[in-house]
This record gives sequence, C-alpha cells and structure tokens, in this order.
Amino acid sequence: MTGAVLPAREPRARFRDLLAAEWLRLWSLRSTFWALPAAMVAVVAFNVGTAWDHYRYWHAYGPAGRADFVAHGMALRDAFTGNAATVLVLCAAAMGAVAVTGEYAAGSIRTTFAAVPARGAVMSAKVLVVAAVQTLFGAAVAGLSFWLTQAVLAVRGAGVPLAHPGALRVVVASALLAPVCAVTGMALAAVVRRGSLSVVAAVVLLLFLPMALGERRRLTAVLAHTTPLRAWERLVAAGPAEAVPYPWSTGGAWLVYGMWPAAAAVVTALVVRRRDQ
Amino acid sequence: MSRRAAGGTVVVMIDVRELTKRYGGRTAVRTLTFTVRPGRVTGFLGPNGAGKSTTLRMILGLHAPTSGSVTVGGRPFAERSRGLRHVGALLDAGDAHGGLTARAHLAVLARGNRLPLARVDAVLEEVGLADAARRRIGGFSLGMRQRLGIAGALLGDPPVLLFDEPLNGLDPEGVRWVRGLFRRLADEGRTVFVSSHLMTEMEHTADELVVIGRGRLIAAESLAAFAGRAGGPDVLVGTSDPAALAGPLLAAGAVVVEEAGRLTVSGLPAARIGELALRHRVPLHELTTRTASLEEAFMELTAGSVEYPAGDPR
Repeated sequence: MTGAVLPAREPRARFRDLLAAEWLRLWSLRSTFWALPAAMVAVVAFNVGTAWDHYRYWHAYGPAGRADFVAHGMALRDAFTGNAATVLVLCAAAMGAVAVTGEYAAGSIRTTFAAVPARGAVMSAKVLVVAAVQTLFGAAVAGLSFWLTQAVLAVRGAGVPLAHPGALRVVVASALLAPVCAVTGMALAAVVRRGSLSVVAAVVLLLFLPMALGERRRLTAVLAHTTPLRAWERLVAAGPAEAVPYPWSTGGAWLVYGMWPAAAAVVTALVVRRRDQ
Repeated sequence: MSRRAAGGTVVVMIDVRELTKRYGGRTAVRTLTFTVRPGRVTGFLGPNGAGKSTTLRMILGLHAPTSGSVTVGGRPFAERSRGLRHVGALLDAGDAHGGLTARAHLAVLARGNRLPLARVDAVLEEVGLADAARRRIGGFSLGMRQRLGIAGALLGDPPVLLFDEPLNGLDPEGVRWVRGLFRRLADEGRTVFVSSHLMTEMEHTADELVVIGRGRLIAAESLAAFAGRAGGPDVLVGTSDPAALAGPLLAAGAVVVEEAGRLTVSGLPAARIGELALRHRVPLHELTTRTASLEEAFMELTAGSVEYPAGDPR
C-alpha cells in the first residue's frame, strides 16, 4: 500500500469548543435574528400598554383610587404584568424547544452527533448557550419594560425608580423567567423530538398546569408553588404578602427558579445518550 | 482494528462482528460480520431496506446494536469525544439545517472539533461549492447537498470515510468527480465505504463489495470474485433449423434451451458451436456471446431478499 494514512493525532477535546460551536450555530440562523426582537416587542408591548392605560385614565380613578395605586405599589405591577409573563413563558419555551427540534427536523442532529460522539456534552453546550442568550434577552425585555412603564407613569407622578423596594426583584425575576422556561422547553423537545408536540407540552406544563392548580387545598397549593409561573408571581408580588391559605417565602420561589433549569438541563443531556438518533 | 502495514504506518479498518439490530419485532440487521480494509473502495450493496443505513448508523454509534459489535480502528466510534478526525461521514444529503449557509454549517462542525476554519474553505473549494458557500442550504439542489455532505466528511481529513448513497442526485460530471475522489482517497490509504442500491453505480467505483439482503450478509469479496458468481458466458444461436442443431450440441456436452426459434447454449464456446453447425450443414444467422453482468449477479443473489418486491401479491 502506498502512503497509508495515519490515524488522527488530535488536540485535546475541550468543552469550550462545543460552546463556541453552538454559539456560532445559534447566531448563524436567520430565525434567531427575528425571533428575539419579535418576542421582545410582544412582551414589552403588553407592559407598556397596561401602563399607558393607567396613564390615560389616571384622572378617572378619583383621588382615593390614585392614592391606593401609589400606596399598594401598583407601579411595580405595571413594570411586568401577568399577561406579559405568559407571553414571555410561551416565547422562551418555544425558542428553547426549537433550538433542539430544529436539529431533529432537519436531520442535522445525526451530523452533529457523528462529528461529536460525546452527545451529552453537545446538549450541555446547547443548554448553556441558550440559557445565556435567553438570560440576556430576558434582562433586556425586563429592563426595557421597567424603564418604559415607569417613564409613562412618571408623567402622573406615579412611577418608581429601580431603587424602590422590590423593584429590582421584579426585574430580575421577570428576566430569569426567560432562561428558566427556555431550558425547560429544550428538555421537553429533547424528550419528544417533535417541534409542535414539544411546544404543546411546554404550554401545558408551564402555563396550563399553574393555572389549573388552586391555592385552597394544601396539595394543589404546594404543587402550584413548584411551577415557574407561580414562583414568578410570588417574586413580583408587590406590597405586603397577600392573605393566601398556604403562604410561601420568596426564598422558596427562587429555589423553584433554580431547580427547573437544573433538572431540565440534566434531562436534556441524559436523554440523548442512550437513544438511537 | 489497527494493524501495522508493511510501511510501518498504522492503518484503520472497520470491523463488524455478529452485528444484529432489532427495532421492536423487526430485525433490520442479522448477525452481520465483515471487515472494511484501507486502501480500497468498498461498495456496500443491497436492495432498498436491506439494512445498509442501519449498519452505517451503528458504525457511527448513532444507533446501538442489539447484539454484536462494530469498531473503527479497534474502538467503538461512540467512545470518541470528537469524531471528525477519525471518521468522516455523509449519511443523508438532507442532514443539514436549511437555515444555515454552507459555510456556517461546516464552520460549526469544524469549531466543535477544534479544526482550523481554513479547512472549511479548503473542503468547500474541493467539492466545488466555493461560490455557493454563503448561500443557505435550504435553497440547495440534491446534488449540491451531496457535495456539502462530502465536504463535511472530508473536513477532519479522516482515515475512514463513510458515504451513504453519495451518487444520488449528482449529474454525470458529479458522478465522475465523486468516483475520482473515492479512488484518490483509497490510494491515499484511507478506508472508503460507499453504500448503494444500484450495482451499476458500484461497477466502476468499488474494488471490494459487501452485499447484504434483508439484513443478512450475502457476499463480502472482491468485485472480480463477485462477477464470477454470475456463472460463465452463454451463446445465443439463431438458426432456421433449431431441432437439427440441438442434437449435436447436446452430444458435445452443452446445455441447450430453445426459445422462440433461438437457442441459448452454455458450456460450449461460440467457435465450437459454429464448427458443429458447419459440419451438420445447419445455416446460422446469429451467434452472440453474452457475458453475465454484475447487475445480473447482484439481482440473482439478492432476488430472494428484496424487501419490497414489485408486483408481489400481498
């Protein structure tokens, strides 16, 4: 035989190369460039719309209503509304899911895993890149929402600064809702491997489930408190703790925020290891 | 398995041992054993659904064998942390995200395997996609996707290359180019394993053949040995008096079949048949020697193992 090929002498495999590759993949997709701004506009619009409503009908509330608005810290409610949170959960979960199912739909997952047989490492890199991008995205959405809504309310003298008690917590909790739900979407997508099905699963798990679980029974209340949406509600609850049958601490809510993406990341990395691709 | 070749360099081969894959109740691959050696182009042939793609995916560790083993260079490929420097593979021309440009697709692969970005431009140039490098894969033709898949396989300059149906969708110039490429890769001492369901594609491409049908091994041998299986040549004899010639031919030890006024004779060369006809004064108007083609050998051997035969009343 002439000129036999030497088997590869390769440099040490580094995890950061996988991070760089996934970062490159995400920013090479055109969809990233419209999905993120579109989602941002949608979420911010819900918040600014509510603040605009309060600005516009300010004089219709009467002196008592206006005093109440300030006393109960309603300005912080406008900083990030429940509707905006619902839209953010949906957008973030869908973007996370598509980051995984997009590869399955195109069949490029086989090319990816043939190039990097360490599948768990590939998925971990994917999770970290998506989580990082969604954290920045969430921070931009929550920060912009806070700034715009308080600017609108400030015209009526009802806006609050970021230094206001609880304000920073509203912004941080709302910002982190994006990566928490995006990574959850990734885990669901890695399990079901189908785009539409994973989005449906995310809607059921992240939106319907917390809506369906009531506060009046201990079991459902505790279960409800383990969902990210309820944790967000707990964290942004302005003023004194509301009288609920089973109250819980913000520390517990932060813990829920931490557990979901951690568990989802583990599921995403492990589920691809055994299955045929 | 790695072996020291004569020159003292290490060569890498694919070793498939008793490989079996079942999906639920269906057995896709059954106790398959063969070796793919370096320095040659090995064709992997079988009808549609014979288990070729399943086998290739098991070589790459994408599918786990139900039993048996497959190693590349003595190790299961799935144990590698990075793959492109060990095995390059074109699995399916569609296995790339349509939203990426050709260059981005390869750059992502290169980045994860710590390969220099210069390799991306080099392979794009090599497969003739340099001008389309910044176009999105979604707009590519099948032939262009095949070229992109081949570029991805070449990216890590690996000693082992797998190609699943690489000629699909290529124009005649592309087919010629791919054949030249496979030849060159093999001449460089690489292990080149190319699947196809068409014998005619392999006839001018492969040195060795691995033939499977319904997940079972039918043959693993050189192209020449495989061609020999089709049996010796036969002779078509056209004559105005078949009955008068059949007797002497049979007496000379030939096997004769009469059909529509013509004789198909095997076991005697055309010259000998001509002599016999002259001696018995039988006029001939045709005397044609037919060599069985590889295609016929392939059809004959896989006839019993076609997964979806046409016109099968089921």
